[in-house]
Amino acid sequence: MPKSPDPPSTTTGPPPDGEVVLEARAISKHFAVRRTLRNFADRNRPVVHAVDDVSLKLRRGSVTAVVGESGSGKSTIARLLAQLYPTTSGELLLHGKPTRVGQGRAFRAYCRQVQLIFQDPFGSLNPTHTVRYHLTRALRIHDRAGRTADDLEKALAALLERVHLTPPERYLDSFPHELSGGQRQRVAIARAMAADPAVLLADEPVSMLDVSIRLGILNLLRDLKERLDLAILYITHDIASARYFADETLVMYAGRMVEGGDSETVTQRPAHPYTQLLTSSAPDPDRIVADAKARAEAATDPAGGEVVVEEEESETAGEPPSLISPPSGCRFHPRCPKAMERCASEVPPRFDLADGQWAACWLYAEDAPKQAAPQEASA
Amino acid sequence: MTSTPPVLEISGLNVNYGLGAKAVHAVRDINLTLHRGEVLGLAGESGSGKSTLAYAVTRLLSPPGVITGGEVTYHPREGASLDILDLEPEQLRAFRWSEISLVFQGAMNSLNPVHTVRSQLTDVLRAHRPDMTAAERQERAASLLSLVGISADRLGSYPHQLSGGMRQRVMIAMALALDPEIVILDEPTTALDVVMQRQILKQLTRLRNELDFSVVFITHDISLLIEFSDRIAIMYGGRIVEEAAAKEIYQAAHHPYSHGLLHSFPALHGPRRELTGIPGSPPDLTAMPPGCAFHPRCPKAFEPCDQRVPTLAPVPLDEGRTVACWLHADH
Ligand SMILES: Nc1ncnc2c1ncn2[C@@H]1O[C@H](COP(=O)(O)OP(=O)(O)O)[C@@H](O)[C@H]1O
Ligand SMILES: Nc1ncnc2c1ncn2[C@@H]1O[C@H](COP(=O)(O)OP(=O)(O)O)[C@@H](O)[C@H]1O
Ligand code: SF4
Ligand code: SF4
Ligand SMILES: [Mg+2]
Ligand SMILES: [Mg+2]
Repeated sequence: MPKSPDPPSTTTGPPPDGEVVLEARAISKHFAVRRTLRNFADRNRPVVHAVDDVSLKLRRGSVTAVVGESGSGKSTIARLLAQLYPTTSGELLLHGKPTRVGQGRAFRAYCRQVQLIFQDPFGSLNPTHTVRYHLTRALRIHDRAGRTADDLEKALAALLERVHLTPPERYLDSFPHELSGGQRQRVAIARAMAADPAVLLADEPVSMLDVSIRLGILNLLRDLKERLDLAILYITHDIASARYFADETLVMYAGRMVEGGDSETVTQRPAHPYTQLLTSSAPDPDRIVADAKARAEAATDPAGGEVVVEEEESETAGEPPSLISPPSGCRFHPRCPKAMERCASEVPPRFDLADGQWAACWLYAEDAPKQAAPQEASA
Repeated sequence: MTSTPPVLEISGLNVNYGLGAKAVHAVRDINLTLHRGEVLGLAGESGSGKSTLAYAVTRLLSPPGVITGGEVTYHPREGASLDILDLEPEQLRAFRWSEISLVFQGAMNSLNPVHTVRSQLTDVLRAHRPDMTAAERQERAASLLSLVGISADRLGSYPHQLSGGMRQRVMIAMALALDPEIVILDEPTTALDVVMQRQILKQLTRLRNELDFSVVFITHDISLLIEFSDRIAIMYGGRIVEEAAAKEIYQAAHHPYSHGLLHSFPALHGPRRELTGIPGSPPDLTAMPPGCAFHPRCPKAFEPCDQRVPTLAPVPLDEGRTVACWLHADH
């Protein structure tokens, strides 16, 4: 990562060392399940364990990816960090100070620092209003519209230039439907930038865009991070994009965070069996080449060529569990090819591995049978 | 792969939405051949005409869609070839499902919510195989489910009791019910997570080997196609711009658009590649650029590109590959 020439740091290795702007400590979110006849009188009405015991730090000038399948709790994390709803338990710290805002003034002050953008830029822009309207409103809300009409015009132009919609006058008076998907997402980003935030939470910002325009948006986010020293949370289901775009990658499974570390390490030497399943399932054109090579090697060397993750064929093999009654112990244990006895009863804590990588998996406990060692890249 | 005989030949196919001057030309001059037993991938960004092509070929296009020209020749294993576009409605009914079936985009949400999986599978069989007994239909339904990796005790389930991945597999089972020669899958796994997606695709390729049908696999995710198809055709603005064996396209794309697509997605494994992406946005079919539709975004555009439309033609010195680009025109 090309970073400003840091003072010779004492910590070696890749973990980003920018100042922590926003931190979550052991946050959880449980949603009440709709009242039904059956659970009406039940004291312990069931809840959806959308997010449990998640801790993360967002640092200045750094992109942190949260990767996971749909339903794993990614959007809930983004909404908790944006304080769109309160946590069930746990703590949020902004610039090191605990923060819990309700509605109104405190919430507005928080929003000035922490902005959220969504997957669907169509849904988040009002179709009856122009780009000018959206951006002007955002600038006014955050007191950044200036005093004169001229100030406002300059601020609007600067915002559009910042997201590379130039020349600005070509876009200012457009309506959302007159823009392409990529341009709409740029407008949504410009609107978030109107607050001049310290943190940008991006919830699957490119998932709905065409492949050929995704890269442009990701490069824009990276550019903003570098020029404005933003702390960015990048939520995605595409682990390959986390490799390219995020400094640090965190992996979610069924509402819990199961692995973390710098992105290259987590994607190339995944430690947690779930991350291993995810990386071996992601589309990968190089696999045809790598597979052919591995097969040739395995054929000549029966001891080598250890098979990565067994591919199951049972009907539920690809299915994440229910979050209303999540599996006990490690939530991945019903699908885990390496599950041990304790996995079904005890929740694995984080175990630290080399270079800042960690995994919440009993394989890495001190007393675990020796076999672990993060998986080597197969290519 | 091209050594097997053709099972479907599309030539000069054109499809419009609407009539007259305001018609949107969604599919233009498509020539494409599907060979027996192969998986042909059809890639392209949204709006490039992939679904329209699939609907036209299966005659499922509904108004305002109109086929304005072309032929779709089907070659059965035995007997005379026929043009699907000439079939009468009652011939068509027999033809669909038993010769060619389509799993369309979002199909997993189109199962009837008030009927069990069993009754939806046996309905198809009852309609097309009137000679089958009820017991035979039951048995066939169970074996179809297990074919796609779902245990037969799910026959009594309603769609809402199944996950998205299972519903999608039920749709695939249904498409295979009458042993068709061709299965067209339009974005079959787009809404699914990668683990489930890979499982379904592996199952499908296994079935293809066992049952010997041909597959047209439509998706916007070209990285998936490279792994799971034999040949790939890439569409842009309603036309096919390049066609080649999957590995060849991956190793050396000839069309600048294909090249851009392949350099738009990050690779998970291997060395980090430089990503270039593609500038600009996909074309608006109601205001198509003149000449090569890709020219406003093409880093290699030169003098003829904004004037004349390049036609899909064999690449000189590169057997079995075709491309529509003036860079590769042989003159
Ligand atoms: N407002 C809500 N009420 C009830 N359940 C919810 C709500 N929001 C999310 N959930 C549930 O929480 C889980 C996590 O959802 P989400 O955070 O949206 O996951 P992701 O973004 O990873 O797809 C899902 O099971 C979802 O159905
Ligand atoms: N019913 C329709 N009426 C008018 N235009 C349509 C209709 N369906 C599709 N189109 C247009 O045809 C073009 C091709 O669409 P489609 O075949 O769905 O593309 P793809 O499947 O590649 O995303 C698009 O520009 C779309 O807007
Ligand atoms: S804790 Fe046990 S079940 Fe969970 S991932 Fe590790 S080995 Fe598998
Ligand atoms: S014909 Fe011209 S504009 Fe079109 S892809 Fe080839 S070089 Fe580019
Ligand atoms: Mg989400
Ligand atoms: Mg489509």
